[in-house]
Amino acid sequence: MTEDNPELEGLEARLETESKALHVNLNELKSGGYIKQRQKDKFTIRLRCPGGAMSVERMRKIAEVAEKYAEGRVHLSVRQSIEILDVDIAHFDAVAEELREAGQDIASCGPRVRVPTACGGCEYNPNGLMDTQAHALMVDEKFFGTECPHKFKITFAGCQIDCPRARGADLGFVGQVEPELVPAECTACEICVKRCEDDALVMVDGLPVRDIEKCTLCGDCVKACPFDAMIQGQAGYAIWVGGKGGKKMRLSDHILDMAQEEDVEGLIQKTLDWYIANGDKRERIGRTIDRVGMDDFKEEVLS
Amino acid sequence: MSEANAEKIDDVLDLRGVMCPINFVKTKLHLETMEDGSVLEVHLDDGEPIVNVPRSVKDEGHKILAIESEDDGSWYKLIVRKT
Ligand code: SF4
Ligand code: SF4
Ligand code: SF4
Repeated sequence: MTEDNPELEGLEARLETESKALHVNLNELKSGGYIKQRQKDKFTIRLRCPGGAMSVERMRKIAEVAEKYAEGRVHLSVRQSIEILDVDIAHFDAVAEELREAGQDIASCGPRVRVPTACGGCEYNPNGLMDTQAHALMVDEKFFGTECPHKFKITFAGCQIDCPRARGADLGFVGQVEPELVPAECTACEICVKRCEDDALVMVDGLPVRDIEKCTLCGDCVKACPFDAMIQGQAGYAIWVGGKGGKKMRLSDHILDMAQEEDVEGLIQKTLDWYIANGDKRERIGRTIDRVGMDDFKEEVLS
Repeated sequence: MSEANAEKIDDVLDLRGVMCPINFVKTKLHLETMEDGSVLEVHLDDGEPIVNVPRSVKDEGHKILAIESEDDGSWYKLIVRKT
């Protein structure tokens, strides 16, 4: 996967000259998703596809542009965005312009908030508990491109199966639900007890009782109950912070359960504020937390 | 449970030894051949079958009347009314 492009900086002087001639917006070039390829003068242009969903109309436009200005090949980035391969520098402007007309923007690279990723969530996935797609769009609109000490990736997973690996992102949201028992509907069939992988349910006097210390709010019991007895209560997000891949991976830390939809934006804002205030240049937030301290982070962000 | 005991069982389908999701598919297809309001008894193994099939059948719109444990929970009777 092409992620960073330090070579781009070396090209700056040349691009400055060429960009003037070509009317390329150099700022856009530096912040945007233009990734230098090994082939001379060829770039990969990464598009902004939050949550990895789009209309086929837009897809057709992307296909058209890829055929017209490049070799007609695209690559799907690991973070759900379409990348047009083999674009010559000379076509940067035309590509960006034509795509923008169709409502398709270019992504960002470098030290800033990247395009958020998300699974189908409750919009169309039977396991989904939260509207991950809507939240990815919100993040894209409000935070995309925000300058940070280093790259900052936000991911939404509809449930704890965590297909999009929110627990490996700088900031990850994982859908949760509080199961609620309606005793009158319970037939004591014990299916919920069998289903619970965390041994959080035990039958007491003919009813399943939940150990809230053990319960991870996964919702499996709700999905398994064949009567209307174990039902979905309040849903929310578990928040995970500080994950990263790269040469030295770091697992995310779990900092909060059941964050509500209306708190998502504020949590992201506070996390970014803390990161920008405390992070060293080219330091991912997980490392900043290791250096400055989780207590400090939590005090700022969660209080 | 008493509700089911009072029901007349119209048909029995023994799906012990049949894996997920084939057991569900067989149940669904069998229910399609039955009259609305009639009652099917399905025999299911412990483990995944009993955890998965009842809810899937409910999600098809049928009414689960009862789930009865047999031989100390080594297999189960699922009683469904076609709806
Ligand atoms: S994380 Fe959960 S909701 Fe999202 S795609 Fe995976 S199983 Fe479905
Ligand atoms: S929500 Fe998940 S962990 Fe909690 S009781 Fe239900 S199945 Fe077990
Ligand atoms: S699966 Fe539903 S009906 Fe069966 S014991 Fe659990 S809550 Fe009661």
